[in-house]
Amino acid sequence: MVQAFENSRNKIHPHKFLLYVAIVSISMMFAAFTSAYIVKQAQGNWLEYSFPIHFYFSTATIVISSFVLHRSFTAYNAGNEQRYKQFLLLGLGLGICFVVLQYFGWLALYEKGVDLKGNVSGSFFYLITFIHVLHVLGGIAALLLAVYHAFSLKFKVTASRRVKLDLVTTYWHFVDILWVYLFIFLLISK
Amino acid sequence: MANVTTIHEDDVLINEHGYNDHFHDHHHGDKYQTNFLTHYVFSMDHKMISKQFLITGMFWALIGAAFSVIFRLQLGFPEQSLAWIKPLLGKWIVIDPTTGVGTLMPEFYYALVTMHGTVIVFFVLTAGLSGTFSNLLIPLQVGARDMASPFMNMLSYWFFFAAGIVMFYSLFVSTGPFAGGWTAYPPLSALPQASSGSGTGMSLWLISLILFVISVVLGGTNYITTVLNLRTKGMTMWRLPLTVWAFFITAIVGLVSFPVLASGFFMLITDRSLGTSFFLSDIFISGQALDRVGGSPILYQHIFWFLGHPEVYIIILPAMGLVSEVMSVHARKPIFGYKAMVYSLGTIAFLSCIVWAHHMFASGINPLISNFFMTFTMIIAVPSSVKVFNWLTTLYRGNIRLNAPMLFALGFVTMFISGGLTGIFMASTPIDIQIHDTYFIIAHFHLVMGVAAFFGMFAGIYHWFPKMYGRFMNEAMGKMHFWGTMICAYGIFWPMHYLGMAGVPRRYYSFDAFESFKHFSEMNKFITIFAIAAFFFQLLFIINFFYSIWHGKKVKSKNPWGANTLEWTTPIHAGHGNWPGNLPIVHRWPYDYNKDEREFVPQHIPLQPGERSDGEH
Ligand code: HEM
Ligand SMILES: [Cu+2]
Repeated sequence: MVQAFENSRNKIHPHKFLLYVAIVSISMMFAAFTSAYIVKQAQGNWLEYSFPIHFYFSTATIVISSFVLHRSFTAYNAGNEQRYKQFLLLGLGLGICFVVLQYFGWLALYEKGVDLKGNVSGSFFYLITFIHVLHVLGGIAALLLAVYHAFSLKFKVTASRRVKLDLVTTYWHFVDILWVYLFIFLLISK
Repeated sequence: MANVTTIHEDDVLINEHGYNDHFHDHHHGDKYQTNFLTHYVFSMDHKMISKQFLITGMFWALIGAAFSVIFRLQLGFPEQSLAWIKPLLGKWIVIDPTTGVGTLMPEFYYALVTMHGTVIVFFVLTAGLSGTFSNLLIPLQVGARDMASPFMNMLSYWFFFAAGIVMFYSLFVSTGPFAGGWTAYPPLSALPQASSGSGTGMSLWLISLILFVISVVLGGTNYITTVLNLRTKGMTMWRLPLTVWAFFITAIVGLVSFPVLASGFFMLITDRSLGTSFFLSDIFISGQALDRVGGSPILYQHIFWFLGHPEVYIIILPAMGLVSEVMSVHARKPIFGYKAMVYSLGTIAFLSCIVWAHHMFASGINPLISNFFMTFTMIIAVPSSVKVFNWLTTLYRGNIRLNAPMLFALGFVTMFISGGLTGIFMASTPIDIQIHDTYFIIAHFHLVMGVAAFFGMFAGIYHWFPKMYGRFMNEAMGKMHFWGTMICAYGIFWPMHYLGMAGVPRRYYSFDAFESFKHFSEMNKFITIFAIAAFFFQLLFIINFFYSIWHGKKVKSKNPWGANTLEWTTPIHAGHGNWPGNLPIVHRWPYDYNKDEREFVPQHIPLQPGERSDGEH
């Protein structure tokens, strides 16, 4: 496929550009959720509740995981094999932690009496966070692939592997930032 | 970059001015397909994928049209026996045991209307139109070997295909397909027990359309990236043909609006299966209040139309692009107001995202909000008129070839004018409250979107068929197809305006119970007869299409229409990679027709000394 890109116009790799466009599109979906949230809230009949502590921890986890993966990427570019592998693995672990924390967060919220089936404000919370987790799982699948490559292939800094790693980490930063946005949104507008 | 590639004799021009992109240096990768499966089925060649989109679209068009004939029979000739289609429709036709008269079940009438709309809007006029032509023309006209990601492009088709399979399957479930209208408003769509199609039928409808949204997003991402990243040397944005501009803008609109629809669908799914109440409130079933409270069906309408209105422009913009190109080529004149055409496409696309509530004037939304939407809806008429003006001016004193593609392009303009004018009436809230959900609406959007977009598509097919298959379609049959369809389309939809103004509501199974609509029965017969005729004219097209693939007149030269765009610089049967040897370099805009005594000057011909370049300034 290399040859098709020799005439690429921008400095940015076409696959990365594809990712950016896809990110815009995914963001639109969450924009729709949050706008629907605002519209519905304005109509009243809205249950207010406070978040279980899990969600604060999960937020911290995913933010840290983003930094870790960034370090892994820079280590790869610098040819530092060990750092690259360590941080990649750590990032994956933190990512999985995030999902687990979300899950326990949901359970805790349910314990508090906020039910998916009950007031729409709760339904929104579960649905939005669930769809977000689906996107995180996509990122985890990509990270698994990256880890597999990192450990099964002989270490070498090549352009095509750098692009792939770049794609994975960029997507991960996106689901991270998306979560931070959703979290702050849900926090201030509940 | 320094390597020199082999010279192909038939491509002297491209090679002389060629742009070396190393196409021949790397013989690895997916480019060289060998077996049947990778060539015809899981192809990654955009040209093959475009044919797959087209033929799948035609399949669905045939189904959608057949549905409309059946429900038109019910509307036009309610007493006639439909026993003869029982072998096809099975238990949806009920035969009276004493008289032997077969009648269409009301539930199935609604299912037919719903499927007609869904299938034609999404599968035919979205996938079949922009899928086909974006795939065919974007890489060829920007001078690229293929899409940015051929793999994603293949996936885009197969998701569309899977969406089709699921929808097709839903036609055969025992309770029937979804029957609550193509807009799938709750509660009919949110409560599985609401009507016969609301159970399994609706679940399959949702699955199908979510697959479809994925297909659109995969495709659109690719189209945008290809246009921005893979244009050949010299192909600046202001040298892009209007087709590519239209596909590009369409893809952007699709990417911002389809995901919103997906989010609405997710909410609908949880309402249906997990007991949430996003869209449900105050529902009584046989006197019993449902315990689902707090939701708002209007919220669904907002979400749906936030996609729904841009969607109608997703359908029409590619048709506008095709028409602009076809018209310029066959009028042998530069398109009038090239930049105005681009800006109006952009303006329409932008405005289309902020007018959705004009579909909801009768839903009880705040009149102040209605005024906002009324204003912006009317403003859309401005860029639309700019386009119409420019098409007409392009024709003025042109050297017009009245062949099939050109006829359909002209037909597009008349349909767009007739249907667009009624839009302005409906945009006015007081008038809309009277005519909302009547046949006036049906007439409006079938002319402006349905027929017009089909005409744009036909113009494109007749024009680019030689590029796709290396043969021409039969011209005489093409003309017959045009005149037949044109006359029938007005025969069907013109009278509907009168029905609508008299208040005849859309989506009704029968009007027996309404004394005031009795006298329209003759008009309904008239419409139905034209609908049946229109259907047969489309069969003519399908026969022509498939006959011509194998037996049409062969294309002898690379550029049979004398067009300027790059797709006509490839070999008649281009392989994967499009150009043998180097990619062409672009030196001018695509509309140099009848310039300085030259009939036409393709884009890869360099400017002569002292020649002024048009279009870009
Ligand atoms: C001059 C520009 C246009 C204006 C002012 C306009 C206005 C409107 C309005 C106000 C309605 C809502 C009517 C009602 O339900 O009561 C409507 C319906 C509709 N319009 Fe247009 N329109 C315009 C052009 C178009 C174009 C270009 C298309 C498609 C390509 C289109 C497709 C539709 C469709 C599909 C519906 C009906 C959807 C449904 O209820 O099933 N319109 N239009
Ligand atoms: Cu609209």
